[in-house]
Amino acid sequence: MIEIQNLTKRYDGNTVVDDVSLTVETGQIAALVGTSGSGKTTLLRMINRLVEPSAGRVLIDGQDTAAIAPYLLRRRIGYAIQGHGLFPHRTVAQNIATVPRLLNWPEAEIRARVDELLAMFQLDPTQFRDRMPHELSGGQQQRVGVARALAARPELLLMDEPFGALDPVIRAKAQEDLRALQRRLGTTLVIVTHDMEEAVALGDRIAVMDKGRLLQYAPPAEILTRPATPFVQELIGTGERPFRLLSLSRVADLVQPGEAPGAPISAEASLRDALADCLWTGRDRLPVDGGGVVTLAALRERAAGADIGSAARASAGSPAR
Amino acid sequence: MTDMPIPSARPASRPLSRPGLLFALIGVAGLALPLVQFKANRIVLGEGVLLGAAIGPLGWGAMALLALALIAGISGRLPMTLRLALGAGGVVAVLLALGAAARFLTPEGNTMARVAPAAGFWLLLLAFALMATDALSRLRLTLARRWLLLAAAIVVIGGVLWSGWLDGVSVMREYEARKDLFWREAGRHLVLAFGSLGGALLVGLPIGTGIYLLPRLRRAVLGVLNILQTIPSLALFGIMIPIFGWIAANLPGAAELGIAGIGIFPALVALFLYSLLPVVSNTLVGLRGVPAAARDAAYGLGMTEGQVLRGVLFPLALPVILTAVRIVLVQNIGLAVIAGLIGGGGFGTFVFQGLNQTAMDLVLLGALPTIALALVAGIALDLLVETLEPARTERTDA
Repeated sequence: MIEIQNLTKRYDGNTVVDDVSLTVETGQIAALVGTSGSGKTTLLRMINRLVEPSAGRVLIDGQDTAAIAPYLLRRRIGYAIQGHGLFPHRTVAQNIATVPRLLNWPEAEIRARVDELLAMFQLDPTQFRDRMPHELSGGQQQRVGVARALAARPELLLMDEPFGALDPVIRAKAQEDLRALQRRLGTTLVIVTHDMEEAVALGDRIAVMDKGRLLQYAPPAEILTRPATPFVQELIGTGERPFRLLSLSRVADLVQPGEAPGAPISAEASLRDALADCLWTGRDRLPVDGGGVVTLAALRERAAGADIGSAARASAGSPAR
Repeated sequence: MTDMPIPSARPASRPLSRPGLLFALIGVAGLALPLVQFKANRIVLGEGVLLGAAIGPLGWGAMALLALALIAGISGRLPMTLRLALGAGGVVAVLLALGAAARFLTPEGNTMARVAPAAGFWLLLLAFALMATDALSRLRLTLARRWLLLAAAIVVIGGVLWSGWLDGVSVMREYEARKDLFWREAGRHLVLAFGSLGGALLVGLPIGTGIYLLPRLRRAVLGVLNILQTIPSLALFGIMIPIFGWIAANLPGAAELGIAGIGIFPALVALFLYSLLPVVSNTLVGLRGVPAAARDAAYGLGMTEGQVLRGVLFPLALPVILTAVRIVLVQNIGLAVIAGLIGGGGFGTFVFQGLNQTAMDLVLLGALPTIALALVAGIALDLLVETLEPARTERTDA
C-alpha cells in the first residue's frame, strides 16, 4: 500500500504539485491523468525520490520513504518510462539484469530470471538475450523496458507514459498484456498517462490532476458518471463518455435469460463490443455464448450511467477494450 | 512496382574519374619536375635531376610506367581495389626510386655529396598517396580491414626504411650521423605528446564531469579554458620561462622536482594547457549527448551516482571523449615541435638546428617523423572511435 500524504513540490516559488494526498491499495492500479504540466510526472517521481518533495511524505507499507537512501529505495521499486530508457550499450539480458546485479544476486539466478522474464514477455530467450536494444522493434524495446522494471520482483511498479512511443495497435495489446500481468503478479502499479482512454482501460482508480492539484481520485465508472469538476468532464470528453462506460463491463455482467437469433457474442466481450454488434447488424438483442441474451435496451440504460457500482470495474477480470 | 531502370549515382559508370584526373595532373607535374637535388655538400643549393636521368638506364622506363599508372587512374571504370593497389604501389615505387637515385648519383666514396628529395618526388608521392586514400574511402572496407591496412602501411614503409635502400638519401644520411640522438628525441617527443595528453585527461575528465553535474560552473570554466586556448604557443612558452624560472630559483625543492624555466617542464605544461579545452568540452558534450531516458532510467533503477557515471554516462560518452583524445594527440604531436625552441627536446630540436644551419635535410629529419606520427595517431584514433561507435546508435523509429 502506498500512502501519499500532503505531497507538495515547489520550484523557485512555482508550485508544481500542490498538497496531493491519495492512497493506492496493494495490488491495485492507480492511473495519474492530466494534461502536460499538470504535475502528474513530478508526483510519480516523488514516490521513488527522483524528485525530493518540498513538503509532505510518502509511506510504502507504512514505512516513510524519506528514511531510506534513495538508491536503495529505488531498487525496491520498479521503474519504466516513455521511450523505454534502455541502455543502448548493453544487451537485452544485461539491461534486464540491471537491478538484480545491483542487488548482487548470484549469477545463475540472474540468468534464470532474465530468461523467465523474456519468456513472460513473449520474447524467445535464445533469440533475444544477446541482442542490442537498437536491434529490437519499438514494441519489443518497450517490453524489455517493463521486464527490466520487474526483474527484481518489486512489489510496486511506477510507469511514466510507458506506451507513449507505441503505435495504437501495439499500444492496445501492450495495455492488455500489462493488465493481465499485473493481475497475475499482484504488483501495485502507479501509471502516468495523458490519455483518458488508457487510464480507463488500466486503472482501478483514476487520479485526475490539473495545475498541480488532485481534482478527483475515484474508480473509472465514478469519474465517468460523476466528474467532480468541469475540467474532469472535459478530459473525459462528452462524446466518448457512454462508450467508455460500456467498455468497463463485460457482456456477462448484463446477461438476461432469453433467446435471440443470429450470431452469438462472447460473454467475455465488453459491452461496447456488444453495442457495436447491435448497431452494425441491426438487432436489438444478441444471444450470448453459454445461454441468455444481452438487449439493446439494457445497453442503453448502462451507457447512460445507470446501475454502476464502484465495484463494477474491479469485478471485470479482463482488460476492457 | 515497375521495372524502371534506377539512374545510378555511382561514379564508376562515368568514363572519367574527376579525382583521378586531378591526381594524374599532380603526378605528371611531379614527373616533369626534378625527382632529386644533387648537392656537392649538405648546405649548398643543388641541381635538380629528373627521374629519367636519376636512376640509371631504367630511368625513362620507370618514368613511363609511373605515367601509365597515373593515366590509368583517370578512367572511371578502373575498379577501386585496383586503384588502391596502383596508389599504394606508386607510393612504394616512388620511395624506391628515391633510394635508387641516391645510390646512382652519389659518386663512389664521396661522403660530402647529398642527394635530397625534390619537388618531383613530393608531388609524385602526394599524387599516389591521394589516389590510394581516395580509393580507400570509396571502398567502404570493414573496420578490421582498415586496421589491417594501417598496420600493413606502417610495416611496408618501415620495411623500406629498415632495408637500407634509402640510406644514401640526404635525410637518412643526417639520421645516420645522429642515430642515438634521433631516438632519444623521438622518445622525448612521445613523452611530450602523450604526457601532456595524459595530464589533460587526468585533470580534464574530472573537470568536464564536474561542470556536467554542476551546470552553473560551465560558463566560467569554459571561458577560462577558451582564453588559454587563444594564447599563441610561442607567447605561452615565453610567459612560462620567467614564471617557472622564478619558481625554480626561489621555491625550495622546486628545481629538484624538475621545475625549470626552460627544458621539458614548461613545454609539457604548455601542451597540457592547450589540451585542457578539447578534453573538458568534449567530456561535457559527450555526457550531455547521453539519451536522457537512459540516464533517467539508470537513476530510477537505483544506481548510485558513481554507478550511473561509470556504467552508463561514461561508456556512452566514450566515442566523443576519444574524439577529444584524437584532437589533442594530433595537435600535441605537431605543437611539441616548438618545444625544441626552449630546450624541451623532441623532433623540434632537429627542425630548429636545421633552420639555424640552413640544412633542409636536418629540418626534414625532424619534420617527417612528426608528420608520420601525427598521421598514424589520427588514423588509429579515428578507427578506434568508429569501432566504439555502433553501440551508441539508437533506433528512434517505433
